[in-house]
Amino acid sequence: MTRRFAVGLATCLAVAGFAAGTARAEGDKTIEGIEAYREALKDGNPAELFEAQGEDLWKKKAGPKNASLETCDLGMGPGVVAGAYAHLPRYFKDTDKVQDAESRVLTCMTTIQGIDVAKYVSARWGSPEKDELNAIATFISGMSKDVKVEVSTAHPKERQMFELGKRMFYYGGGPHDFSCSTCHGQEGVRIRLQELPYIPSPKGAASGWTSWPAYRVSAGQMWGMQWRLADCFRQQRFPEPIYGSDVTIALSMFMAGTSNGATMNTPGIKR
Amino acid sequence: MRKRIAYLSGLAAGLLVAGAVHAADGSWGPGADDAAFQAMLKSGFREAGIAKLSRLEQDATQAFCSDPKFAESKEAAGKRAEIEAANLASIKWPSDGKFLGDFKEGEKIAQSGRGLTSTDKADQVNGGNCYNCHQISKTEISYGTIGPSLTGYGKLKGNSEQAQRETWSKIWNSKSVNACSNMPRGGHMGILTEQQVKDLVALLLDPDSPVNK
Ligand code: HEC
Ligand code: HEC
Repeated sequence: MTRRFAVGLATCLAVAGFAAGTARAEGDKTIEGIEAYREALKDGNPAELFEAQGEDLWKKKAGPKNASLETCDLGMGPGVVAGAYAHLPRYFKDTDKVQDAESRVLTCMTTIQGIDVAKYVSARWGSPEKDELNAIATFISGMSKDVKVEVSTAHPKERQMFELGKRMFYYGGGPHDFSCSTCHGQEGVRIRLQELPYIPSPKGAASGWTSWPAYRVSAGQMWGMQWRLADCFRQQRFPEPIYGSDVTIALSMFMAGTSNGATMNTPGIKR
Repeated sequence: MRKRIAYLSGLAAGLLVAGAVHAADGSWGPGADDAAFQAMLKSGFREAGIAKLSRLEQDATQAFCSDPKFAESKEAAGKRAEIEAANLASIKWPSDGKFLGDFKEGEKIAQSGRGLTSTDKADQVNGGNCYNCHQISKTEISYGTIGPSLTGYGKLKGNSEQAQRETWSKIWNSKSVNACSNMPRGGHMGILTEQQVKDLVALLLDPDSPVNK
């Protein structure tokens, strides 16, 4: 029910991002739409549907090895999901890499289920493959709701990821000379009517980091942080970041590390 | 003088524009040296539609401004002036000597934020994104605040040839005035055509434009 409504709504709401060339009327419609939507939503965030779907995928036997993801180590030991998202990204010995929740799931799909994840990585946003990954990330993040963010930068590779993420945040290029910092580098500014967090501050980093994965009302879609970042890179006029690449993990590490001490409020709900 | 190194490691990664000189890795913490950073960039992206990998290559202005701690420092004052001068020297002035186009068209261009993303088409008309960052006409209440309000711009600045030249410079190449401005270089980077820049100058300066009402 809720989901049918969401999809219907998406078709009449314009996505009002930086790149969309919003006119005033569209902006008003968006706001009215969200109010109507909130009203109709009293019985819950549609993200719950994706959490449930993600939990099913987590527990279902799949892949050449016909195994579930239930023994996946998200950093707190095999099979421990509760609280794991709040400690990610982190360094993993077995891969010798710093990984976020989404790239770690790819590792578990590969090693535990024997799945060739290349097609999951290359699949377009909104494809069934990416929807599965988003649902799983939503489930994992929900199991850290109300948990304090505690991301370590103690390991040299963790520290390096954090510093690389910071450097990436300020890296400007493309036809518009944009960097993350162009839009998220000042306190209290907005694009059109959309308020932008000042990400280098603990408060701004937390407002972004602790509320994704989130259900996007305007799009009628569930987005993980990987998708959030990919869409900001699109608005930045950059090429597309590869799913699970170090660029995306570095930026997540920068945001997560900067928001240490804040409380996870996932899955979120957004415009 | 702060030590600077030539960005040679970047060349190895095939991602560097000739002549770009960067502040020492000192601005960045442990592990975020040029070699590691370039390797991360090179492995991190794939081209999507019109957004090719070459967009990751920086020109000298972009490279300088990507290290804001250095770019805003006292030692970098000379380099900032150099960057502004180079951007100023590259400005293309209107071929017929006329700066003012049609302010009604200018309003449409200022409203549009379209163009040049990975999901846009190559032949589409780009917008100026102006309202994303600026208040402009009083009647438009959906405006961003990354840039200052431009409402009443022409009333304050007048409509002299000097005012027109300055406004043209800012829109054609914002970095000619402020090396690391957050504002795109509309004409310089080929986002906007000469006619579009004329229409935008008219939007800001024409006494009949809603901006000056
Ligand atoms: C051209 C402007 C622009 C650029 C550049 C940009 N963003 Fe964004 N970002 C936005 C807008 C607008 C939103 C609000 C959500 C939306 O798109 O509707 C947003 C939202 C976000 C959020 C979610 C914030 C929240 O509170 O929910 C995060 C996190 C984020 N951006 C990170 C980044 C990072 C990291 C970069 C650099 C890779 C970046 N952005 C580049 C415009 C931008
Ligand atoms: C990404 C944000 C952004 C966009 C898009 C943008 N600007 Fe700006 N603009 C700024 C900022 C920030 C400043 C002030 C700092 C500076 O001088 O560069 C500025 C300054 C200006 C000024 C000088 C104001 C003064 O006080 O003299 C003018 C004129 C201007 N912008 C016009 C435009 C027009 C026209 C467009 C659309 C083609 C536009 N801007 C698009 C951010 C932006």
